[in-house]
Amino acid sequence: MFMNMKRWLAIAIIPVLAFSLAACGTDDAAKNSSVDAIKKRGKLVAGVKYDTNLFGFKDPADGQVKGFEIDLMKELAKRMLGDEKKLELKEVTSKTRIPLLNNGDVDILAATMTISEERKKEIDFSHVYFMAGQSLLVKKESGINGVKDLKGKVVMGAKGSTSVQNIKNVEPGIKIKEYENYADAFTALKNGKGDALTTDDSILMGMEQQAPGQVKLVGGHFTQEPYGFGLAKGNKELTDYVNKFLEDIQKDGTYDKLYKKWFKKDPPKNIPKDAVNKVLKK
Amino acid sequence: MSFDISSLEAYKQDFIDGFLTTLSASLLALVLSLAIGTVIAVIRLSRVRLLEWIGTVYVEFFRNTPLVIQVFFFAMGLPSIGIDISEFTAGAIGLSIYTGAFIAEAIRGGIQSVPSGQMEASRSSGMTYVQAMRFVILPQAFKLVIPPLGNQFINLVKNSSVLAIIAGGDLMYAADIVSSQTFQINLTYIFVALLYLVITLPLSYGVNRLERHLAQTV
Repeated sequence: MFMNMKRWLAIAIIPVLAFSLAACGTDDAAKNSSVDAIKKRGKLVAGVKYDTNLFGFKDPADGQVKGFEIDLMKELAKRMLGDEKKLELKEVTSKTRIPLLNNGDVDILAATMTISEERKKEIDFSHVYFMAGQSLLVKKESGINGVKDLKGKVVMGAKGSTSVQNIKNVEPGIKIKEYENYADAFTALKNGKGDALTTDDSILMGMEQQAPGQVKLVGGHFTQEPYGFGLAKGNKELTDYVNKFLEDIQKDGTYDKLYKKWFKKDPPKNIPKDAVNKVLKK
Repeated sequence: MSFDISSLEAYKQDFIDGFLTTLSASLLALVLSLAIGTVIAVIRLSRVRLLEWIGTVYVEFFRNTPLVIQVFFFAMGLPSIGIDISEFTAGAIGLSIYTGAFIAEAIRGGIQSVPSGQMEASRSSGMTYVQAMRFVILPQAFKLVIPPLGNQFINLVKNSSVLAIIAGGDLMYAADIVSSQTFQINLTYIFVALLYLVITLPLSYGVNRLERHLAQTV
């Protein structure tokens, strides 16, 4: 009889425990992302990438997440909450980032996200903090210096990316090979399976640093991919706060310092604050 | 979700190219894997210790590792050590080597089902081991292995979809590209599945016919 009761108790308690754990989860989540709410909570929850070298990348050597976007978020946490340790990182992917923001699981997205008209219908964006553009990665000795040298060449990309479509429009008569992901495409480039790899230069820069001396970026930008921080739709208070933050760090040199740290060069001058992506004509 | 096949019209050439690539990679691998499988089966039964050992290692290694890894190695691994082959060649070689291991087992099973008295009789009438195999054992064994070989060939055609991951330009690759561009995912993959049937069903039918035909000639 006693044993029986204990068992029933256990069965009753498990769902309660599970439920309260789930409840903790929602408490933690950034349901209300006004600046005051974040200050009261004492931490800023940022959705970042773990697989994009130079922007948000989990270093296999020490397990730390590092990158330009991570440093920007640390700086934001420092200015908002007085301590960069009050930043909580949440891994997002291109697929999961907008739902996570809309669910209130993160306060802000810093995840190599291009500002586009379609996305603006779903979420709000901060001002541009990085201007990426579609570019080409080629082998050092390839002799390709830009899109005009691509006629009859093999260009590689990832399945389903818009970059491959863009380049077909810019230069017809290119042979295309599309791989499962950028890691495979990069391996193929290094092994000479094609002449050039195309996507945002931000991704290509990370690859260039992984294979120094073997590959190089050429051709400049033939699209504009302005990156903005993603913020919940209609959260004007936080958006204004973040825009003010971007202005501040640009004025006091913090932005330049961080840009140089990651990209080993000075940031471009006069990035339009409210740029939206577009494909440039040849 | 609409099933408007005309939305795929613009990609006709992609599907034709993909179909031809799948067909030719399959045919090439079919011939090569049959040759590899026969040789491996014979040496595994040769009673020469070293050859037996080589055959066993071959079968166990290629049968028990994923085809994806093998094909990826031929497409990406070999070029990194200076051996550059096309995606098509890498895919066809990978398929042949992998399927060859399964075919070797099927043929070995067939040879072993031929009563041992056949070999003894051939050898005692003065044939060498190779002659006995060539003229007495293998012709009988092949009849027994037609059904399992048919299965392997059908698997081979379907497995050729592995070319898609190395940008091999096969049917599956065409499906990946078209579906990611049109967002007509269901339509594209169902259409491509039908195209695979265009190759595999006649193959099934042919194997069945051959089986019945050989059964009558025994």
